[in-house]
Amino acid sequence: MTEQTTEAAAAKPIPVTVLTGYLGAGKTTLLNRILSESHGKKYAVIVNEFGEIGIDNDLIVESDEEIYEMNNGCVCCTVRGDLIRVVEGLMRRPGRFDGIIVETTGLADPVPVAQTFFMDDDVRAKTELDAVVALVDAKHLPLRLKDSREAEDQIAFADVVLVNKTDLVTPEELAVVEDVVRAINPTARIYKTSRSGVDLARVLDQGAFNLERALENDPHFLDHGHDDHVCGPDCGHDHHHHGHDHHGHDHHHHHHDHDHDHGHHHGHHDAMSPIHDITVKSISLRGGEMNPERFFPWIQKITQTEGPNILRLKGIIAFAGDEERYVVQGVHMIVEGDHQRPWKDGEKRESRLVFIGRELDFAKIEQSFLACQAKATTPA
Amino acid sequence: MPTVAPLDIDGHVVSTHFLGEIPVFATAAGNIHRLDGGEKVTEAHQGLLTCIRDPFSATLLSGGEDGKVLRIGHDGSTTLLAEAPRKWISVVAGGPQNAVAYAVGKTSVVRQNDGTVKEFTEERSVEGLAFAGKGLRIAAARYNGVSLHWVGTNAPAVDLDWKGAHTGVTFSPDGRFLVTMMQENALHGWKLDGKAGESRHMRMTGYPAKVKSLSWSVKGKWLASSGAPAAIVWPFSSKDGPMGKAPLELGTRANIMVTQVAFHPAEEVLAIGFIDGMILGVRIADSKEALLRRPGKGAITGMSWSASGKLLAFSSEAGDCGVIDISG
Repeated sequence: MTEQTTEAAAAKPIPVTVLTGYLGAGKTTLLNRILSESHGKKYAVIVNEFGEIGIDNDLIVESDEEIYEMNNGCVCCTVRGDLIRVVEGLMRRPGRFDGIIVETTGLADPVPVAQTFFMDDDVRAKTELDAVVALVDAKHLPLRLKDSREAEDQIAFADVVLVNKTDLVTPEELAVVEDVVRAINPTARIYKTSRSGVDLARVLDQGAFNLERALENDPHFLDHGHDDHVCGPDCGHDHHHHGHDHHGHDHHHHHHDHDHDHGHHHGHHDAMSPIHDITVKSISLRGGEMNPERFFPWIQKITQTEGPNILRLKGIIAFAGDEERYVVQGVHMIVEGDHQRPWKDGEKRESRLVFIGRELDFAKIEQSFLACQAKATTPA
Repeated sequence: MPTVAPLDIDGHVVSTHFLGEIPVFATAAGNIHRLDGGEKVTEAHQGLLTCIRDPFSATLLSGGEDGKVLRIGHDGSTTLLAEAPRKWISVVAGGPQNAVAYAVGKTSVVRQNDGTVKEFTEERSVEGLAFAGKGLRIAAARYNGVSLHWVGTNAPAVDLDWKGAHTGVTFSPDGRFLVTMMQENALHGWKLDGKAGESRHMRMTGYPAKVKSLSWSVKGKWLASSGAPAAIVWPFSSKDGPMGKAPLELGTRANIMVTQVAFHPAEEVLAIGFIDGMILGVRIADSKEALLRRPGKGAITGMSWSASGKLLAFSSEAGDCGVIDISG
């Protein structure tokens, strides 16, 4: 890449990778690979139980998951108190490792883990959340989605999803699982693996929360050009519709198997058919150049009022008269934004924003988003 | 003018304490450095997380990444008091009659001098422990409040509830008040000797950062705290403590945070350590300031006065420690 990159920061914060996934999804296998393969880096690992990590590493710390609600009246402002303590201890001797990996329990909510790295000043000063990686057991995902909300949350919240144990399912089953994952989270990078066999460069050092890097190499985020928005099965504007006819589409889906590798956005309503248990949906917005005096109050307001329902948000905003792209990302009520880089010649100056969450009113959000445009238009 | 005798140690130094006239420095790596006719170093832990002065004896108590709880003497000798393999011990406390307490997850363990061990389990992780000055009574700070246990009896715990995460706890020297540090930028206090029905809570808020250091003045008239670009000093001399009163703000600097506070053992003089390594001495009576140390390489992590009150030892996160002689 010849584009200008960031200036080398003086004291670089230590990157933190969060591994989520149900029991048996392959977290320990992936962790063992990270700890044992020769990549020249050392990791400190925070686990809930030592379990089956067979690697001799004196930087494996056992920590009891301890979720604290912040006493500020915000129900979604939760942090992991145990992580604050352990990270503080680790960071007193930072020379021992290049990164920190947090392995969560199967039923863990990834949000407090992530928010710890934004809401605690001491943790935030010394570390940087790099990415949330979710492992999904291809064989058991449909069952998991039926019996728990956590499995869905973990996928919805992830930057990288490993659809693992692909050797245990048929290509058709795998296609369904992949479509389900894509429907829950259209912005995550998805890799199909068996025995957690992914190139570790796809998992570590992702910079997914780094505003300078976020979305820069995100093919899915940029590829949504043909859709006005992407939605899950409960998407407000048509869920009655597909609620009635999707059983009949099962067969269609199988007919379309030959093109599933590039057709998942077109196919995912059909692919959803076997699974009725998804409550997360995403809203993908697209607009022209924005007026910052309208956009900033809007994003503040929407994250304040809808924060509890928003799991993640990511976007690239074009401001009228601004030569640089502006990127935003958020978790619940926490929103961060910054200028990223100049718009390239020929690059279309448009604004895109994806919300992943529950009970979001698509029409209302889209309408208010479009009203922030410098040249206001109404939804098509 | 005060004179500073520097002591450069490799890496983060967690705290410093005087044992008699010997200043002792504890490093995050687990070594104990003593200035006892020259620098002497002993290895105590494989990774040290906390090292406090036992208020009831002339020893230190420490906990580490190695799961060990140690008592450390003025000669650098260590005694293994307890071991919890594969657990990090980051909370220890010293009590009357050589009692020691430490926390492992949700459990507080109290070990008495005769080897008797008593455990108290809370619903949430124990983040701070403190013994009361009299009687064998221990306070465990946890999520949503503090649990008070009498060690010698099987009486149920007294729960002092206040919403939020309490990360540290201290009794006032006269035992009338209990104060906690919180995950949010605040202190919370309870008046322990109040009559039934009387409001017992004290909210001490307005800090721009988390409070990590507390120090009681001699006889407990004042409680100094870090967490702001000045030392915040609450008045505790009246029967209701600081309720309805504003704190003193001492040693105010524009945007430089106070990280440590330490009251002089005999006079109402406060040592204030800052995030840039500077140390000020301030007299309560007239707020008069004296520069004790210029800014250094890193934040002040600990300060301790000698028993005579003539020497002040300080430790820093960058390892540039030292001893200040204020008598000169």
